[in-house]
Amino acid sequence: MTIPKDKMLEMLHFLMLSRRFEEALTDLCRIEGKIPGMMILCTGQEAVGVGMVAALRPEDVIITNHRSHAHLLTKGADPKVLMAEIYGKRTGCNKGKSGTLHLALPEIGAPCTSTVVGAGPPIAVGRAFAQQYRNEPGITVCFVGDGATGEGSFHEALNLASLWRLPVIFVCENNRYAGAQRQEEHTRIENIADRAAGYRMPGVVVDGNDAMSVYTTALDARARAAAGEGPTLIECKTYRWRGHGESDPQLYQPKEEIAAWRALCPVARMRDAVRARGLISAEDLKAMEARVETLVQEAIRFAEESPYPEPHEALEDVYA
Amino acid sequence: MPQLTMGQALNQALKEEMTRDDTVFLAGEGVGVSIHDNPMLPTAGLLKDFGPRRVRDTPVSEAAIAGLAVGAAEAGLKPVVEIMFNPFFTLASDMIVNHAAKLRYLSGGKSTFPLVVRIKSGAGFGAGCQHSHNLEAWAAHCPGLKVIMPATAADAKGLLKSAIRDPNPVVFFEDMMLYFAPGPVPEGEHLVPIGQADVKRPGRDVTVVTWSRMLGVAFKAAEQLAGEGIDVEILDLRTLVPLDRAAILASVRKTGRLVVLHEATRTGGFAGEVAAVVMEQAFESLKAPLRRVTGPDIPVPASPPLERFYIPDAEQLVKAIRGIL
Ligand SMILES: Cc1ncc(C[n+]2csc(CCOP(=O)(O)OP(=O)(O)O)c2C)c(N)n1
Repeated sequence: MTIPKDKMLEMLHFLMLSRRFEEALTDLCRIEGKIPGMMILCTGQEAVGVGMVAALRPEDVIITNHRSHAHLLTKGADPKVLMAEIYGKRTGCNKGKSGTLHLALPEIGAPCTSTVVGAGPPIAVGRAFAQQYRNEPGITVCFVGDGATGEGSFHEALNLASLWRLPVIFVCENNRYAGAQRQEEHTRIENIADRAAGYRMPGVVVDGNDAMSVYTTALDARARAAAGEGPTLIECKTYRWRGHGESDPQLYQPKEEIAAWRALCPVARMRDAVRARGLISAEDLKAMEARVETLVQEAIRFAEESPYPEPHEALEDVYA
Repeated sequence: MPQLTMGQALNQALKEEMTRDDTVFLAGEGVGVSIHDNPMLPTAGLLKDFGPRRVRDTPVSEAAIAGLAVGAAEAGLKPVVEIMFNPFFTLASDMIVNHAAKLRYLSGGKSTFPLVVRIKSGAGFGAGCQHSHNLEAWAAHCPGLKVIMPATAADAKGLLKSAIRDPNPVVFFEDMMLYFAPGPVPEGEHLVPIGQADVKRPGRDVTVVTWSRMLGVAFKAAEQLAGEGIDVEILDLRTLVPLDRAAILASVRKTGRLVVLHEATRTGGFAGEVAAVVMEQAFESLKAPLRRVTGPDIPVPASPPLERFYIPDAEQLVKAIRGIL
């Protein structure tokens, strides 16, 4: 399948935006007191979120996890309100209550970022159930890491989704690590996608550093889900370049391994593909890069200039 | 006496008990190889010292971790398992609440479950409500669990050692902000009995009952009030279950006034239990209504000013004390 030019350029844009957004966060985290809490980045694995979400329609819903920035940006989150939330500012998408770990944007179909590992799949089952129940056209996509497949909730959710033929796609973003654990230290199976067989749903392995492969695989799974044929488990093989969080010195990740995966940069790969197909001129590519940079700088300025919430605002949005 | 942080003190307790007793083993997420290369953390270096037979890194599987403890304990091993953050207690809770806590009773006393569940808890690091949620009152509400929540490095060491030797399930809450707080810690065989509160500061005018990280807040308030001639007694519960009712009653009978201080949220918080004990058994000693100073009934928000608002501080405690003097 040839991916249309607009889609290719859209994916390149979101790959570059996710990358620059997080590079900026890496720098901001080095400034004492600037960014509260833990900073968990998807740098190096952006093609998973970008390729998946690029295959979705506005009515589709994503349920995401702690490594959510590329998922949310591609779903259409305004970088400004994301950045402000990450700063803990009142103008953030959740008024400072969520911080980077629980970004909630129901207005764009991203109602839940759960940082409780494995919590996403059952919630995605419920979201997809509502779509099926009301006979809506949308489907639900749930992102989990490889480590999350160690939780019982993952397995319960896959079984139920398959049993009820729910319109949901489970995406396992296999970045080789769960915390400091390598994949082979937390499971004996090589392909997480093999789990799907146990629930009688298709399990697909895809190169998670290739946004185009992720995109085409996602389109197929989306069509299946929308046609009432039930869920798919897609395992995207990728790698996280940075530590689990920004405070992780990565002592357990071999330097050569990081270097090898950096050579497979998903952003560069898409840029090269777009250039090779003659879809963008050097000049237009520069303009695209400049637009991305402006978005990131505007987001930072917006967050910097925004006020913190007043302490008593902690008591707002409380109902019981 | 050597100065150790609470993290180091806990580490010492684990090391001593593992050396002493081959049936003691550790399991949990990152208890061996951790993303935090930090010697201040309780399990730091133990994989190197004791090897992979005794120190088990597990998958991200809290139900299996807690169940492992239940099964192994029934067989006579002494598991010390770790739940990475207090909110994930919910994932382990079936094994802890429905099994660890009930199986001895269900067996008519035939089986024992000598296990410890260490739970990292507390707010104050900006990660928000899915990493910060103090659930000690949940554990305390469940018959069959001993519940410990130390405030000082020395107590942490002495109580963890006692917990590991105890033949029954113990839920051991460790405030992560205290991991880096230093204090004098006795070397070697230092045991603090489970179920004994400790007067950390004697005083005449008002009793503050507290535990864990809030002990520091109590001291701050007490120092400030001492300047005004108000003499605060601070009682550190250390153990919530079994509760040292005698110590609470003795202190309140002496001072006639009570404030209970905890970081956890208010409704259904353990302050209510302490208050009930006093109302039932020392009502006649109270010269004023008792007060609670607690976190508000909200999830812990992430933004720094909001999180600061959540965590009870000395100013709130001083105000509460002044209100009943
Ligand atoms: C229920 C639960 N247990 C433990 C944690 C702590 N934790 C956060 S991320 C993580 C590793 C998750 O690995 P994986 O699912 O592979 O996702 P990745 O971080 O690699 O993206 C752990 C153990 C958590 N957040 N939730």
